[in-house]
Amino acid sequence: MNKLTEKKPRRFGTITLNISFLSAIMAVCAGLLLGLLVLLCTNASQAFPAFKTILFTPITGGRRQLGQVLYFATPLICTGLSVGFAFKTGLFNIGASGQFTLGAYAAIVTGVYCGFFGGVHWVVCLAFAALAGALWGSIPGLLKAYYNVNEVITSIMLNYTSMYIVNYLIVKTCYNQLKNQSANVLESALIPKFGLNRLFPGSSVGGGIIIAVLAAIAIYVLLEKTTFGYELKAVGLSRDAAKYAGINEKRGIVLSMAISGALSGLGGGLVYLAGAGKNFNVVEVLLMEGMDGISVALLGLSHPIGVLFAGLFFGWITVGGFNMQLYSFAPEIVDVISSTIIYFAACSLMFRGIIESMRGGKKQGAAVATATPAPTAPPDTAPAADSEAKEKGGAL
Amino acid sequence: MPQNVIEMRQIVKKFPGLIANDHIDFHVRKGEIHALLGENGAGKSTLMSVLFGLYTPEEGEIIINGQKAQIKGPRDANRLGIGMVHQHFKLVHNFTVLQNIILGVEDVKGGLLQMDAARAKVMALSQRYGLKVDPDALIEDISVGQQQRVEILKMLYRENDILIFDEPTAVLTPQEIEELMQIMRGLIAEGKSIVFITHKLKEIKAVADRCTVLRRGKCVGTVDVKTTSIEEMSEMMVGRKVAAQVEKAPANPGEAVLEVENLCVDLLREGHSKRVVNDVSLKVRRGEIVCVAGVDGNGQSELVQALTGLLPAASGRISLLGQDLTHASIRHRNTHGISHVPEDRHRHGLVLDYRLDDNLVLQRYFEPDFQSGGFIRQDAVLEYAEELIERFDIRSSNGPASIARSMSGGNQQKAIVARELDRASDLLIAMQPTRGLDVGAIEYIHKQLVRARDNGEAVLLVSFELDEVLALADRILVVYEGEIVGELLPDSSEEFRTEIGLYMAGSKRGKEVAADE
Repeated sequence: MNKLTEKKPRRFGTITLNISFLSAIMAVCAGLLLGLLVLLCTNASQAFPAFKTILFTPITGGRRQLGQVLYFATPLICTGLSVGFAFKTGLFNIGASGQFTLGAYAAIVTGVYCGFFGGVHWVVCLAFAALAGALWGSIPGLLKAYYNVNEVITSIMLNYTSMYIVNYLIVKTCYNQLKNQSANVLESALIPKFGLNRLFPGSSVGGGIIIAVLAAIAIYVLLEKTTFGYELKAVGLSRDAAKYAGINEKRGIVLSMAISGALSGLGGGLVYLAGAGKNFNVVEVLLMEGMDGISVALLGLSHPIGVLFAGLFFGWITVGGFNMQLYSFAPEIVDVISSTIIYFAACSLMFRGIIESMRGGKKQGAAVATATPAPTAPPDTAPAADSEAKEKGGAL
Repeated sequence: MPQNVIEMRQIVKKFPGLIANDHIDFHVRKGEIHALLGENGAGKSTLMSVLFGLYTPEEGEIIINGQKAQIKGPRDANRLGIGMVHQHFKLVHNFTVLQNIILGVEDVKGGLLQMDAARAKVMALSQRYGLKVDPDALIEDISVGQQQRVEILKMLYRENDILIFDEPTAVLTPQEIEELMQIMRGLIAEGKSIVFITHKLKEIKAVADRCTVLRRGKCVGTVDVKTTSIEEMSEMMVGRKVAAQVEKAPANPGEAVLEVENLCVDLLREGHSKRVVNDVSLKVRRGEIVCVAGVDGNGQSELVQALTGLLPAASGRISLLGQDLTHASIRHRNTHGISHVPEDRHRHGLVLDYRLDDNLVLQRYFEPDFQSGGFIRQDAVLEYAEELIERFDIRSSNGPASIARSMSGGNQQKAIVARELDRASDLLIAMQPTRGLDVGAIEYIHKQLVRARDNGEAVLLVSFELDEVLALADRILVVYEGEIVGELLPDSSEEFRTEIGLYMAGSKRGKEVAADE
């Protein structure tokens, strides 16, 4: 057996990261190409200029458009982190939308009534947003931990529950009847711009993006560097082994869901306190930021830094999509493209396979072993043989 | 000269970083049971995967029944009459026996399954080879031994003539092993040829005609089993002499470390509870190895889980060095003197998708040595892992950075043993610590257990293998249906084996006898 004990980077062997990254890029390219195909089918003459618009508006449109990218990316990064974090700890949080909604309400209601906090008013509002999301997220967590109820079902149903509750509460507490939406929050509740409005004049971007980036870094540190993250990931990867190690696995599940909920809740706060003139509309529609979080997490491979870039990418094509109407395309075409990208992101394993076969199968062992939870390996096989067998087995 | 049904010539299969098969010659004659012997990672499975078409070898050729064969996958292998029973069965759990057998070769007429002919054929085969199964039972309802028969029937149904058994006895009870061997002899009598992959020498001696030994990817040789002793084969396999008997000095027991009084454990399943550990009292003292012997499924797992906190005790008392631990948390027990080598290394022992170094601190990551202020000291973890890897000779492709899942079973177990022995503890509880391991690794782990004893730890060993119990125990407790039915002092005589067998089968009870001694 070879003894390769040279010091490698402690986390994320370079091979793994490269392959993950490449497969995400390939997913994006494949999605864009298919999107182009759709454009060609619907209106061939305008397809290429429209495609160019999607890709390059943030560059050609000047700093205002770049600012818009950051503005749209902010909530997506938060909900993406939320879903990705839960996923890293073995949970599938489909309830990001509900947590986001409650976070938004908590931020709005604190923003309308609690002006007495003065200079830290906006911080308090965001804290309540995160808290509301955390509480809402911990409900499926508690049910999962203590009654073994599948969190997918409980969290998805809470999306609707929270939508109706928040609609009701807004009408009762902070309603602008004329516009059928939430009342304006106080000036002190708005997140400061931190100079971003001067950097990106004319755009809606504010301090929210900075907070989202900080959240991504914080989640990365939590997951990869702390004993708490070690415990949460252990619970997610193997509840039994975590229990054996003396980790309180029930507490781990609840806390994972709470943190995940807090991230979504924070996202809700960041949107409605951004000072971009956006109010909560009292309509019976789930907020899409939550659902898009699943896509962002998928494309970002649930890695906090990956999520950051995936969020920015979705912000990017959203901005491009707004200008599609210039070419008599519906802006929904962007949704088509982004969902294609998600489809391909979900197929990232396929791209891994392609990349690996292009590399002539070298260093397969390391890459595949880290890629996905795979069926239990037969004990009596050499390590490298093992992962290849799995692959082949899958292909047969 | 008998005809060779399989000739594998100069097979070379390389993987990144290692040569799994290095110019291996492997010939199987018609109508023989040919054992393929080797330690974990010696290349047995790789060689068979090449034969089965799962891998393409870089060099060498395969000749089946005198014809050069290109095997590109299981379908090709099947066409050539090669069938395989995998170590982990490939059965659909919520299908019936019959459905599993015909899966993939169904007879279809006008889009409808023709089950009657298939049923008749399966019943005929089952009669002819003495493979008793209920064709309409669901796989999930039948025992592991019966599942194995289904796998064998699958091969027979496909009219395979060359049957490969990959470690078939690893999951069976002694009685089932005996039955399997009868079945294998019956198959040979009907003209089939069998390749029997194993590292259990006794079984080879009992049933095989010839034996090919692999070591570290190379073929050491092919021997005639009748004229070769177990010791010789074992030396060929490991490459050095292996002590048949564990060397250990007489025990020198000290104070009682673990005291269990009237422990009962209930298992809740589908709404009703079942008492699986019934009124068990036992003592383990410093410097002795107490073995719990018994057939699998007599409450051993639950006893160990109750002692380590994975299951709650229904009643009774567990104390360690006088401290009551009956209701203590798992973490409390782990940090107050109990080390635990769990029964299921995949389920409990390791976080399979964690790196090796992270797994080696699974019980210690929260200690000041490995963290400060809630942040894991990754350098310290790495350094500690490297030390353990060195000291316990844990082999993996990537050192501390290897993902546990990618390691071989023996090395996974070594990692767990290393982790549990290196923690300063008063009591070591080990359940089936050598399950599925090869001779070299077993010898190694046995030595470590004796060393732990000699260092003054109390050792509670639970094993289903009588040989292991007899090799290591200073005192034996026999469990039957959740109760301790006998307490015996080990003895190497044949009569003692018979006697302990009677206790294990529940036909003899004699708690008082030994207590008086």
